[in-house]
Amino acid sequence: MMRRMIIAALIAGGLLAAGCSSGGHGRAVYLLMDTSGTYTKELDRANAIVNYLLGTLRTGDSLAVARIDSASFNENDIVARVTFDGQPSKANDQKRAFRNAMTDFFDNMHAAQYTDISGGLLQAGEWLDERDAAERHVLIFSDLQQELPPGHKRDFELPLKNTHVVALNVAKLRPDQVDPQRYLQRVEEWRERVERAGGTFRVVNDLSRLQGLLKTS
Amino acid sequence: MNFPELLTVWADNPGISAAVWLVLLVTALYLARGPAHELLRAAGRLAERGLRVAARAVRHAEVRLTSRNREVLLGLAAESAERDIEREFDRVATVVSRDLAGYPALQRELSEIITKIDEDYRQSTHEPPLPPPWTEAIEAVAGIEARDPSVAHVLEDIKGSLEKSSERALAEYRKRSGERHGRLKRMLPYWRRLSGKLREVSGQISGLEERASKIDAHMGRYEGIRAADDATVRTLSSSSLTQFLIAGLVLAIATFGGIINFHLIALPMSEMVGGNSYIGPMQTADVAALVIIMVEITMGLFLMESLRITRLFPVVGALDDRKRRAMAWTAFTFLFLLAGIESALAYMRDMLAADQQALVQMLSSAGGNGAPAGAAEGGVSGEASMRWIPAVGQMLLGFILPFALTFVAIPLESFVHAARTVLGVLAVGLLRVLATLFRVGGSISRGAANVLIQAYDVVIFLPLALERLARSARDATRKPARMVEDE
Repeated sequence: MMRRMIIAALIAGGLLAAGCSSGGHGRAVYLLMDTSGTYTKELDRANAIVNYLLGTLRTGDSLAVARIDSASFNENDIVARVTFDGQPSKANDQKRAFRNAMTDFFDNMHAAQYTDISGGLLQAGEWLDERDAAERHVLIFSDLQQELPPGHKRDFELPLKNTHVVALNVAKLRPDQVDPQRYLQRVEEWRERVERAGGTFRVVNDLSRLQGLLKTS
Repeated sequence: MNFPELLTVWADNPGISAAVWLVLLVTALYLARGPAHELLRAAGRLAERGLRVAARAVRHAEVRLTSRNREVLLGLAAESAERDIEREFDRVATVVSRDLAGYPALQRELSEIITKIDEDYRQSTHEPPLPPPWTEAIEAVAGIEARDPSVAHVLEDIKGSLEKSSERALAEYRKRSGERHGRLKRMLPYWRRLSGKLREVSGQISGLEERASKIDAHMGRYEGIRAADDATVRTLSSSSLTQFLIAGLVLAIATFGGIINFHLIALPMSEMVGGNSYIGPMQTADVAALVIIMVEITMGLFLMESLRITRLFPVVGALDDRKRRAMAWTAFTFLFLLAGIESALAYMRDMLAADQQALVQMLSSAGGNGAPAGAAEGGVSGEASMRWIPAVGQMLLGFILPFALTFVAIPLESFVHAARTVLGVLAVGLLRVLATLFRVGGSISRGAANVLIQAYDVVIFLPLALERLARSARDATRKPARMVEDE
């Protein structure tokens, strides 16, 4: 009887120790913002998305905002990143600091010549892997028109397994007006690429309804 | 060998091959008809018997469970009645020890009052004025003729003396009467006190009579339970079901109270223990908040047990009064401290909510939705004077809810006791349905065996028809031969 009790206590202790981990919980969100010449005028709207994310994410969640420029597979392109502290008051302070960093970024932003979306997604995948979050989200604020500098190769598999990718404010370009099939094909290509990598893909163009932005189903 | 190969084993044409297979199959079935029928019949009988045995076993279990339910029900009811009777006797004992213990003092007081009244009464008795002793002399003098002036003078003197004496006697009489009235007046408060004391005694006696009639009623119920008659059992069953539903409803309400309590302290708890550690899928802060609520409920249970309001733990009830009182005070102290902690957490929650609100306003004023910064600040300053109301409300709620949850012990006890009976009744119903299903299954298996036998004969109808024809032809040839032999 005593032996059984000791074994049960050991099992319970083991379960408790295994349960008291700090990994595999919460959400990690990576927001990519297109800063190419044609799209910079849309960036004011990205402010609302950042505010929504800061208001929605809770303690333990992670948030990073990065720009998409000519070569986005670069740590320096991450504008701000944070993992919110477990204490709500500290997390609020972090959110205020994050908001200030974003304001500085928007004030001093320069337009990029090319648009390296794949490099940004690769960077996002790496960052999300390091977070070890239960939910992985990548938000792409872009027209999804990739333009690479000469010599750049981006035909790799994206590390987006179990990642929810949301393309925001996918603007219709001037050639899309002439041939809408171009726009649809562009979106479809990205969908296929993301889903091939094991992620999900959806498009949200109505930025007045951000409530379901981080939904997983 | 797969199915298409089997199908074409007799001929290349699948139709011809299938026909050969059919003939072979029907022939085999025809030849095996007798044993096959016997097999089906035996299988049907076996299934029927097995299911009937199972039905009997279930029925037996149902009877035993019904008997056990009855015992549990009567046991619980007897316990409850015993507790009621015990409580009534306790009350009677309290009345006797509290009120009748002061009876000698009361009696002494009453005797003193009565003595005092008696004394005053004696002193207030009416003393008739004595007749003057010289009345007869006056009458003799009055008989003398008043022609003589000296006699008239004497008579005048006598008259004067008489009048003076009468006035003195009257004054004395009035003085005595006044004293008597004074004494009677002083008796009035004694009479009132006496009346009050007697009313008090009467009230105590009638309280005891009331208790005695209640004890009689409880004893009547207890005798009914001891007799275990069906009417009592039926009444107890329906009472138990009612208790189960009501207690369940109250527990559901208490659960909602617990959820509110949880939400009140979960957020500030994450400020204390951090929101990034987890126990299984739950945040440690949430678990800590739940633990606090559970400890509060446990303390409430112990408090109720110590006060003998509930009897979930016989060990607590069996403790001597001093230990039980100590336990009650300990549980109350813990409960009070936890309520204080909850109140502080509720205040912290309000502070965090204010911080969160300020952040949201900062975000909304930081651009993106066009809200001007000044408007947000104005809103904050406008509400600042009223901010203490929700803070105080939350603190009060945080302090009151633990004490409110203490009373969960009462419906919990009723629920646990009633659940034993109700679950027993449900189990009996389930067993009854199961027994019926087994019996029906047995009948169906026997019928199914007969149906299969008939179906078997349908499959081999052709050889059976040929057999019948052959038999009738043979009978036809045998009959004329027999007739010839007879002739």
